[in-house]
Amino acid sequence: MTDLFRRPGLLIWSVAFAVCLALVLLAPQVRWIASFPRALQLPLADWLNAGLNPLFETVQPIGRGFATVIDAPLRLVRDLLLFVPWPAFAVAMFLVALRTAGRGLAIFGLIAQLYIVAVGYWTETMNTFAIVLLSLPPAVLIGFGLGVAGHRWPRLRAALIVVLDLMQTFPAFAYLIPLLILFGFGPSAGVIASVIFSIPPMARNTLVGLREVPAVIIEAGVMNGATPGQLFWTAKLPAAARQLLVGVNQTTMASLSMVIIVAIIGGFNDIGWEVLSAMRAAELGRCLLAGVVIVALAIVLDRITGALATGTPRGVVLMPDRGLLTVVAAILLAGIGLRLALPGLELLPRGLGFAAAKALDRSLLQFVGWSDPVFSGLRDALNYGIILPLRIGLATAASPMVWGFALQPWMVAAYAILTLALAVVLAPRRPAAALLILFAALILYTGLARFPWPCVVLIALLAAWRIRGVGLLAVVSTALAMILLSGLWQPFVQSLYLTAIAVLFCVLIGGAIGIAAAENDRLSQIVRPISDALQTLPQFVFLIPALMLFRVGEFTALIAIMLYAIVPPVRYVEHGLRGVPPHLVEAAVQMGVSRWQLLRDVKLPLAGPAIRLGVNQTIMYAISMLVIAALVGTRDLGQQVYIALGNANAGLGFVAGLSIALLAIVADRMLRRN
Amino acid sequence: MTRSSAASPASRPVKISCRNLWKIYGTPPDRAMRPGQGPAAAEFARQLRAAGRVPALVDASFDVHEGEIFVIMGLSGSGKSTLIRCLTRLIDAEFGEVRLDGEDLLAATPKQLIDIRRHKMGMVFQNFGLMPHLSVLENVAYPLKLQGEAKPAREARARQMISLVGLDGREQALPSQLSGGQQQRVGIARSLAVEPDLWFLDEPFSALDPMIRRQMQDEFLDLQRRLHKTIVFITHDIAEACRLADRIAILRDGRIIQIGTPADLLLRPADDYVAEFTADISPASVIRVGDIARPGQEVAGARTVAGDLPVEALLTDIATGTTDFAVQPAGKYGGGGLTAARVLRILGRHGRQDDETAAG
Repeated sequence: MTDLFRRPGLLIWSVAFAVCLALVLLAPQVRWIASFPRALQLPLADWLNAGLNPLFETVQPIGRGFATVIDAPLRLVRDLLLFVPWPAFAVAMFLVALRTAGRGLAIFGLIAQLYIVAVGYWTETMNTFAIVLLSLPPAVLIGFGLGVAGHRWPRLRAALIVVLDLMQTFPAFAYLIPLLILFGFGPSAGVIASVIFSIPPMARNTLVGLREVPAVIIEAGVMNGATPGQLFWTAKLPAAARQLLVGVNQTTMASLSMVIIVAIIGGFNDIGWEVLSAMRAAELGRCLLAGVVIVALAIVLDRITGALATGTPRGVVLMPDRGLLTVVAAILLAGIGLRLALPGLELLPRGLGFAAAKALDRSLLQFVGWSDPVFSGLRDALNYGIILPLRIGLATAASPMVWGFALQPWMVAAYAILTLALAVVLAPRRPAAALLILFAALILYTGLARFPWPCVVLIALLAAWRIRGVGLLAVVSTALAMILLSGLWQPFVQSLYLTAIAVLFCVLIGGAIGIAAAENDRLSQIVRPISDALQTLPQFVFLIPALMLFRVGEFTALIAIMLYAIVPPVRYVEHGLRGVPPHLVEAAVQMGVSRWQLLRDVKLPLAGPAIRLGVNQTIMYAISMLVIAALVGTRDLGQQVYIALGNANAGLGFVAGLSIALLAIVADRMLRRN
Repeated sequence: MTRSSAASPASRPVKISCRNLWKIYGTPPDRAMRPGQGPAAAEFARQLRAAGRVPALVDASFDVHEGEIFVIMGLSGSGKSTLIRCLTRLIDAEFGEVRLDGEDLLAATPKQLIDIRRHKMGMVFQNFGLMPHLSVLENVAYPLKLQGEAKPAREARARQMISLVGLDGREQALPSQLSGGQQQRVGIARSLAVEPDLWFLDEPFSALDPMIRRQMQDEFLDLQRRLHKTIVFITHDIAEACRLADRIAILRDGRIIQIGTPADLLLRPADDYVAEFTADISPASVIRVGDIARPGQEVAGARTVAGDLPVEALLTDIATGTTDFAVQPAGKYGGGGLTAARVLRILGRHGRQDDETAAG
């Protein structure tokens, strides 16, 4: 007990636990504890709409005009891409891929293009490519400009980073709403959304690149008599070039990811739309065929732009670059010439794709029907065994309907006594762990969804204050107040527990894979390309397999989130473990540790920072997937954003979107130690 | 090892000088404060440390004369990098003054400063500081390009410099394709491309292997014999300092504790710290005959030797029975008489504190 008073944190958390316990016990009697009183809720979304709509109406003509301005080059690029006969395009692409990313990717790209033609998605693919091509230059330029400004004026940097965080975590669907109102339904809104979403990676990489220019390069420039302008253009910028190209690579991938997502607007006949409409029509075959196109497009774009950033080490040099450019241009021009000469030429085969889709659809349906017992069994087991109890708690899950028996008072008493006993045993030596067990047991009893809201508020505020101080406390209070007042508490809790479960599973499974990959080189060689591929794919793609195996529902959403968010723990854990200095491992081995002791006592603690970063990334990935996963059926904030998009309700979209963004930013700040 | 200097450097005009220079890291102190000198400066530094600030440079004063090699020597964290950066104004000192050709360098405007760096200063860096994206030729031509010189002219000049440091044929190589020694030759060529009078070298050879380092030191001395630059040279290696320096300043915790010729440091160390430093240096190769000759004590019939010879050159003669030497002035070294007994006594006593040697 004396320990309790020596460490104020323990005392505060003990009191907090007592308060939470009291609230949980009181909740059945006192209504306002169980759910936030309706009378206190404010129509924040409506107020926002009332404020925003007149603004939208005044700005709308400008927006529509702007949309037409964007529309012209977009159609031009698209028409040009489609005008080039596909064989010419494929050969040109092959040469570019060969020079930059090497033989493997060149062949992969060629096969991918043959596949696209065969299944009949050439037009759709070129439409998507056109939007990416058009949104890339503004995103790169603006991102570069912001990064340079943040580097030049250090006071601007902190504000800039917050803005970039918001831009990246604010769900695209949410800012798509005002964009649609302003710019009208059409691909221009998609271009703008894609630009907004792709700016942050460029800006961040510019900041990092310029900051990490070696001091000696700058000093050499200064001592050679460079003016500030000369120093920037002749020393800093070339030294940061690699990092800037990494930024271009990431911006390209972000842009592609967003272009696929904003296909939801419709009206441009692109590949994302193809997947989405197939998904809605439950045509699994078509969905998969189009999904493969997206995967191939993502891999080719990533490897080519990525190779530029690493100096094209695998590139095959057939001729000098200038000659190669001439040849590529000549091939494309020859293709265009051919098309002009023979206006009736139709190179794209018809019908093959449709037939393939039908056939694939049938066999997939067969497979799904055949495998259904396995997957629905798995789904039900996880649902009833783990997810439902976490959501509605042992108190409710243990009912005749769910588990086949009702919770008896003696069971509750046994649960309480067991928990208390465990806590008491742990308390003297590891008081923090004891407290953690008490909280976990309490939450597991009521379930996350039914954990009284004042308890969540109390824990969140205390955690924010204890971990990061008053600044974060203010952010958390604002966010919670906004969520409670706007009546979004239940969706928020759904988001919270979806994220929590996804992160928990990802960290456990991904962490285990990461550890195994760090200990076993052969496994690492298998895992690494899979992680690479998963990380380059647009978020949207992860819905397809989840949907096929588990049908519509929250569980499917969870699987999709996990598929997307499992890469960071795998990568960071392996990276952290492999990054442990070899001399420390040698020292430990010399002292005679077992392999397990080496992992537990040396490697894992030293890999701590990397692992923490991995967990942080997992949370970010999971939260950013919430809105996408809403497409396959959830009841969380993501669904609210999606609903708002359907109703063009900018206010609701903003409140729900901001809640998700703040959830992500708060989680990030809490996990990131100074 | 003959020196180019015709007369003692001290008799030539001062090229760059600093007076009571202070660099303080941490929250900037009040500019109105006066740090004082001598014991007052020590007290001021103590107060700064107590207030959580780091006085990286404490009351540094010295003059560097034209054509002199002035070596600043200290261990890591002693403030030598800070000192050279204050002299070049890569960082700004809090107190004190720096004068270049008698002009106040700290008062120079950014524009004037750029001009001074373009024409009067060259600098070589420990980690070379080569632009990784430029070829050897472009790197050496870089300072000329910054001045807006036309491509043919600057490349011609750069080729001259590359040939001066013996890198002919490697003009098109990228820095990453060169060895450390070659990279530093590029760094040297670049720093000399604008023909500066004042040459700063910040631990230029510390990143190199010992064999290469020695070779580069010889080439450096050879270059200096031809170019007669005024040189401020930073090192943490006392052997390098003794090999290259006309004078050495020893820096400890930001404070200069002794300035003197290599022989001064060996024969008359200012304190135990300096004595400790020079303990491993072979006095026979560093001390010149002229350093220990006694003017006016020539003995008739003595063997004549030049004043700039290292003392070790006499050992064979001593071993074969020569007892008296007549030292002829050479370069900056004076002449006089020298007995074999004195030579042996000095070599034997080196490193001990009760040294009354040269003066006595």
